[in-house]
Amino acid sequence: MDLDLGRLGGTARPRLPFLQRLGTQRVVRFLFATAAGISTLIIVLMLVFLAIYALPAIRFNGIGILTQSVWNIGDQYGSGHVVRSGITAMQGAQFGGLVFVFGTVVTAFVAMIFAVPLSLLVAVALVYRVPTRLRPLVNAIVELMAGVPSVVYGLWGIVVLVPFIGQRVGPWTTAHLGFLPFLGGPAGSGNGLLASSILLSLMAMPFMVATVRDVILAQEKSIFEASMALGSTSWQAVTKAVMPSVVNGIFAAVLVALGRALGETMAVLMVCGGAVGIFAQNIFQSVNTIAAVIVSQLESALTDPTGLAQRSLSELALLLFVITLFVNIIARVILHGADRSGEA
Amino acid sequence: MTPSTLRNRLVGQMWWASSVGALLLVISVLVAIFGFVISRGLPALKPSVLFTVTSGTSGGLANAIVGTFLLVICGVVLVTLIGIGTALWMVEFAAPSHRRAVRFAIDVLAGVPSIVVGYFLYVALVESLGWGFSLLAGAFSLTIIMLPFVVRAADLALSGVPKALREGAIALGARPATVTFSVAIPWAIPGILTGLLVATGIGLGETAPLIYTAGWSSFMPTLAPTHSPVGYLTYVVWTFISMPFADSHALAYAAAALLMIMIFTLNLVSRTAVDYWVLRTRGG
Repeated sequence: MDLDLGRLGGTARPRLPFLQRLGTQRVVRFLFATAAGISTLIIVLMLVFLAIYALPAIRFNGIGILTQSVWNIGDQYGSGHVVRSGITAMQGAQFGGLVFVFGTVVTAFVAMIFAVPLSLLVAVALVYRVPTRLRPLVNAIVELMAGVPSVVYGLWGIVVLVPFIGQRVGPWTTAHLGFLPFLGGPAGSGNGLLASSILLSLMAMPFMVATVRDVILAQEKSIFEASMALGSTSWQAVTKAVMPSVVNGIFAAVLVALGRALGETMAVLMVCGGAVGIFAQNIFQSVNTIAAVIVSQLESALTDPTGLAQRSLSELALLLFVITLFVNIIARVILHGADRSGEA
Repeated sequence: MTPSTLRNRLVGQMWWASSVGALLLVISVLVAIFGFVISRGLPALKPSVLFTVTSGTSGGLANAIVGTFLLVICGVVLVTLIGIGTALWMVEFAAPSHRRAVRFAIDVLAGVPSIVVGYFLYVALVESLGWGFSLLAGAFSLTIIMLPFVVRAADLALSGVPKALREGAIALGARPATVTFSVAIPWAIPGILTGLLVATGIGLGETAPLIYTAGWSSFMPTLAPTHSPVGYLTYVVWTFISMPFADSHALAYAAAALLMIMIFTLNLVSRTAVDYWVLRTRGG
């Protein structure tokens, strides 16, 4: 907007009594500015509160939160205490988050392996192969699915997906393809890495398909047509001409989806198997993520009289915040660099 | 036609086939999930379920339904004030650099995992301020989750108000506040409303931030803003499906179906009613 309405109004207005001069304009402006400040304030408060609350845990755990894999709130019934860095914890308490960090990264990463190629194929089909008449219907399905609550995906995961993996996919794969890395060994119950990643990829896909579809549609149609005119097949036109021109948008969409997958809680919590202290050796074994453990450890953390378990969960929340913040800022930088003209 | 063009064409056709196949696969999985929830949930949705409260692992959903509505309504009221205020400031008043800063903050907020929001409010409100698990803490968590959706939609809608419309109003001697409230906002209302409806759907389906803020209660929610935990539908889906009783499973399915029906309706309303409104007020 190159027209400054505020200033224009200010000069054009005749001189009025004080109260009226102060008038709606400034009050309204002040109120709106306050509203806009709230979003920034929330982010700052979030960092500050989580960090201050986690401080004793940060001092007690040290680097162990990232390197240790044992999560144990300590012996509730014993009378012993340990004191480290001036912080008191129950006897035997140890808060290592490595298993959860591992689970968070691996589930999200495997989910992206499923979701990225599928979403690209689906988006391309949506733009170039779905008849115009059907397009609103398909778009509506995609949009509706983006709004399905994560507990509903989790519900389907528990009742349909987990038994299917546990009884069919797991035993068959470990028996026939067990020589491949990450596919051998015990097939497990179905709760675990594969189920979590499938749910995450299903939840990521509506967003990615919609975003990739939109960046393709926003590109000049002429790129496709020019490439066709030069004698390429339609598939070549899409993969060699159209997709390279929107690669920044795709990359940003993938990163935003990755950020969401890293922080997704309920669906993963319901099918991940809740691993504590062990690492999955293949894609069928149970895992745990930071987000899931913050929920599943709530009740046990509340029983810690020293409160250190709750503070360690706060440290994990802070860690998750920082990880997702990092991923989202990279996504924004990529998009911003590609699309400077769209700003302001 | 040379052999290499022929090969390119064949390869291309195979890729197109797989791309359409992927589309059908994804749609069929998504439709299967939808069908699964509805087919299991509808039979469980008896009238008695809607009007009795949860008791232990069975009973009804009345407390969760009322709780969900209370939480979402409070959250939507708050997010309407804050979100639309933010967007109005960005579009009508802010310098470009300030606008970019707020847009950045909104993007960051959109990327914060909901469980982090929940834990933050648990630390800040439930523990530090001593509110306990409560309606207000839960509503605040939903407000933070919904805020980016509302601000983005309102920002987009207000930015789309034709410049000629604003300039025409100014030329007629309208004050800036009049331009904002009588020209820009009426034009942008359908877009803003769509954003609010989408955000409401998101709020209905949230679980993770509520576990740490609203808690859970199997009693009918009181209207007390603090010190009184509130039940909600997503909690039922999450916990009751893991119990070993058919009764509790039925409740979980019923809650899930209810959520899907509400979200589906919101979606439908925001698509059709808002389009109809735009058509009527702007004449297509």
